[in-house]
Amino acid sequence: MNDNSQNVSGDVRIGVYVCHCGSNIASMVDVEEVARWAGEALPGVVASRDNNFMCSSLGQEMIEKDIKELGLNRVVVAACSPHLHEATFRNACQRAGLNPFLFDMVSIREQVSWVNTDRAVATEKAKALISGGVHRVAYNQPLEPIIVDINPNVMVVGGGIAGIQAALEIADGGSHVYLVEREPSIGGHMAQLDKTFPTLDCSACILTPKMFTAGNHRNITLLTWSEVEKVDGFIGNFTVKIRKKARKVDTDLCTGCGLCEEKCPKKVVDEVFEAGLGYRKAIYRPFPQAVPKFPVIDTENCTFFQKGTCKACQKFCPTGAINFDQQDEILTVNVGNIILATGYDLFDSRRISQYGYGRLANVFSSLEFERLSNAAGPTGGKVVLRDGVTTPQSVAIIHCVGSRDTNYNKYCSSICCMQSLKFAHVVKERTGAQVYDFYIDIRTPAKAYDEFYQHVLEENVLFVRGKVAEVTDAARLPGEEGKLIVQVEDTLAGKQRRIPVDMVILSAGLEPRADSKEVAKKFGISCSYEGWFIERHPKLDPVATMTDGIFIAGACQGPKDIPAAVAQGAAAAARVMGLVGQGQISLEPVRAYVNEAQCSGCRICNNMCPFNAITFHEDRAVSEINPALCQGCGTCVSACPAGAIRASHFSDQQVMAQIEGILMIDLKQRELVNG
Amino acid sequence: MSGNGHGKPKFAMYWAAGCGGCEIAVLNIHEGILDLDANFEVVFWPVAMDAKYKDVEAMEDGEITLCLFNGSIRNDENAEMAHLLRRKSKVLVAFGSCACEGCIPGLANLYSKRSLVETAFSTLTTDNPGGVLPQTTYAAPEGELHIPTLYETVRTLDQVVKVDYYMPGCPPESPQIMSVLGLVIQALKGEAQLPPAGSVIGAGNSTVCDECPRPRNEKTLTVFRRMATFQPNVQECLLEQGILCSGLATRSGCKALCPSANMPCIGCYGPAPEVVDQGARMMSAIASVIGSNDPKEIDKIMDGIVDPAGTFYRFGLPHSLLHHARTDG
Amino acid sequence: MADNGFEPVIVGFTCNWCSYRAADSAGMARIKYAPNVRLIRLMCSGRLDPQFVLKALAEGADGVLISGCHPGDCHYVEQNYKTIRRYELLKKTLDALGIEEGRVKLVWASAAEGAILADQIDQMVAKIKSLGPLNWKARPARAPTGKGGQP
Repeated sequence: MNDNSQNVSGDVRIGVYVCHCGSNIASMVDVEEVARWAGEALPGVVASRDNNFMCSSLGQEMIEKDIKELGLNRVVVAACSPHLHEATFRNACQRAGLNPFLFDMVSIREQVSWVNTDRAVATEKAKALISGGVHRVAYNQPLEPIIVDINPNVMVVGGGIAGIQAALEIADGGSHVYLVEREPSIGGHMAQLDKTFPTLDCSACILTPKMFTAGNHRNITLLTWSEVEKVDGFIGNFTVKIRKKARKVDTDLCTGCGLCEEKCPKKVVDEVFEAGLGYRKAIYRPFPQAVPKFPVIDTENCTFFQKGTCKACQKFCPTGAINFDQQDEILTVNVGNIILATGYDLFDSRRISQYGYGRLANVFSSLEFERLSNAAGPTGGKVVLRDGVTTPQSVAIIHCVGSRDTNYNKYCSSICCMQSLKFAHVVKERTGAQVYDFYIDIRTPAKAYDEFYQHVLEENVLFVRGKVAEVTDAARLPGEEGKLIVQVEDTLAGKQRRIPVDMVILSAGLEPRADSKEVAKKFGISCSYEGWFIERHPKLDPVATMTDGIFIAGACQGPKDIPAAVAQGAAAAARVMGLVGQGQISLEPVRAYVNEAQCSGCRICNNMCPFNAITFHEDRAVSEINPALCQGCGTCVSACPAGAIRASHFSDQQVMAQIEGILMIDLKQRELVNG
Repeated sequence: MSGNGHGKPKFAMYWAAGCGGCEIAVLNIHEGILDLDANFEVVFWPVAMDAKYKDVEAMEDGEITLCLFNGSIRNDENAEMAHLLRRKSKVLVAFGSCACEGCIPGLANLYSKRSLVETAFSTLTTDNPGGVLPQTTYAAPEGELHIPTLYETVRTLDQVVKVDYYMPGCPPESPQIMSVLGLVIQALKGEAQLPPAGSVIGAGNSTVCDECPRPRNEKTLTVFRRMATFQPNVQECLLEQGILCSGLATRSGCKALCPSANMPCIGCYGPAPEVVDQGARMMSAIASVIGSNDPKEIDKIMDGIVDPAGTFYRFGLPHSLLHHARTDG
Repeated sequence: MADNGFEPVIVGFTCNWCSYRAADSAGMARIKYAPNVRLIRLMCSGRLDPQFVLKALAEGADGVLISGCHPGDCHYVEQNYKTIRRYELLKKTLDALGIEEGRVKLVWASAAEGAILADQIDQMVAKIKSLGPLNWKARPARAPTGKGGQP
């Protein structure tokens, strides 16, 4: 590599290359005149040429030849958009031994020839832009990409179906995975479900084999009843602090026999797994097929921890695995990439007080109904009213509860229509009750979804198009006594209706987890206004985030069904394995950096960075930018009141010079015109 | 200032369009003035001794070793003296904010020369029934009289002549003046080296924020307050309390005198090193941390900045990118 | 404000991800718009320093166009909100310095909105034609060299 790139201060020797692009540029811009003029009028230009197609190998070789023979230390190409060929010409420079960042590209096609009709005007505009580029490139600095190693270990946060899928694929691919789950068992919401649409597979039947494999995989370290406390570092090099909460059970000794659970005298309403519909014990496993099989003690409800007595579990445990003194453990783990698959929370239907959830006994939320209809649930799968005994004769299923609603959540929760149809089918099948579905639209987009809807239609489920105004027990008309009345405007019939039913099921919407904003901040990613994790690009990059090395999968990115969650889990795993396979990653060096000598520690910049790249050092009273986290937007550069933050590319000097270069030409023109 | 320093390097100090505070600041070095007298021959210092312009004109080019030029260039007399002293001085220092950035006289650049003159000569308390305005020439019976012409705008010293060093401050703090004089004296003896020409001397390399004793936190501004109606807490950052303190955009060197006295920094030490436009930097920093994303709400919060031109360009308008406001007439 | 042949010169700042691509998209669709704007590409509208606007006006531009991603769509998440804040304060200050409203304008354009950006440019050129040239000419001669505060 020859030495041209070192000659950056002092003598700039600029080569200017003006492309004809066939007739695309040449038909509207006098390219030969522009090239000639650039060589004469612009400072520092030692070579100025035009060429039919600069991006061709001939065009590129021309640049490389000039760099070597004329000792060029800056290159400007005036052609198409930098989005097309900036990389092409940067590579050409690099091949000739010139640092690729000593190159600037000026667009005179999309910006000039294709948008003008007057050749003289277009040529002048091209000159102004090229002048800007030439003045600017003199201040470009050579930059080296930042190379970081990728630690092959991976962390998956969230043990629902998306997280499990991602973990299995990565583990099968040979990398080690830390699967962190805050509940005592993996499985997520899918473990609560009875049947899954449209195939009506038993949810547990398809989920538990995957859970079991994940729990026993030699490449997966399962950390349940654990939460991430702190994340430091950057792609390839994350250091994660995890709090492994005390189960109060020694997992080396526990055999999972379940005797402790059986003998525990304390019953607690299970708000999580049973959705408040059933009970568990103070020492418990969330469900029989829990992975891992070890129970945990809920110390807030345990008689021993609250009053100091009982200890039944310890008395009866055959292996002496109960350890009341067990403490939380803090683990520090190093990983190269992290996948967040933290799932969703159900919309709290109590917020819509007119639907009576929480007040009227026989109004059920969707998750409650899943538990009701689940054979392993509190009623053994019998669809009965809140009294646990009575079979309903009529059931109303309300779609869009808390979704598509300007008062609550504007978005569609994606799965509720299919879920509602599934409920309708289950109720029909198990009770023969009259079923009403109250809907706004029926959304059945995926494979076999609409066929399922057609099938349910044939089952004599009645569909009423209208947003339910109210669910009430205040009877007004005959036949309403003792019933729940659904008041709705039937928009297709064009009239108000009051429909008395025994049971109401609310298809509540999906919401981001209550703590999603804190979690996002912890991992250095962003949330949308509602709280969904933000993907790098909504169409073309749904599993990556703006933070390199942190990926998202499943419902935490937005409401979706199980196939989509699995697909995203697999997609995130593939992205991670791609990085692990490369072993190293090269980060673009367009960055900001703090000149510490000039930093006064005023901290104006501290809340300018959505990527948490800026940290403040109390001891030295200065702010610092982590180059691996910095994305190069430059917002902090323009915020700094002391000018202490510099941009490695798009610097103040470069932009100011570009402004001068552009206007220098125009002013001259104006002087000529005005005489 | 005896004028009896045959062989000693020559010293001059001149006061153009300024308030005289810089001169006082020099005298404020107390007994340090004796070092000045011991090491220099003071040949021209209108406020302190009786020398005439023709004395300066009679000198050789470069005869004055050190000239401290304070005050901005308001009229052609100031410009003429700037050129004269430039020729006759080896080292010309733009001394004080007026010479460096324009300072308070620079605020005249918010108005047209005509409106300034008309206002000055027609206030309520001015007895000028004939509406007479000053003329720059007058034919008196004894001959033609000339008075200096006001320029359209106030300029800084370096917008008129080449400047060797800049000493910022309104005024430059006396300990800084003492240390600079000390450095020059040492340099003359060959014991020290002066920094490269064009440097700022007698000041720090960071901002006033660095010297301020108050603690600094992340900032989110939702209200702006004025000193007239608010008593700031001495333990908290003034800006965080909504007071427009320019400390973060102002060069250090004064030891944060004003914030230490519970007053906001007003920016008299000029921009931080290598900053082109102090007002723009201040504007960008303050705006960046306004606690709202809604334009209407932002505007409402910014209603608390009652005089943006005065706040951001109090000292540096002539040296700023725009140099002046647009005025008609 | 008769049309006396005054052709304004406007410097425009675009962001790499949205508004610059909008300009490209206008080019690809062969949309014709007023040639008076010279666009400078920044990575983000958050990089827009008020100094750039002042420099452009001081160096002879008749107007400055600032453009970026729509609020909420910023490629760097939320940086265009900082652009809004700076723009509002800059407008207030420019007003105090006697520069007419309409000379400095902030517009949003996503990558697909080439036609919208072209229209915004046409509108701005028409507006500045009606305002007339800025001619920020009353600048004193500068000293030829010198650092330390010298623009």
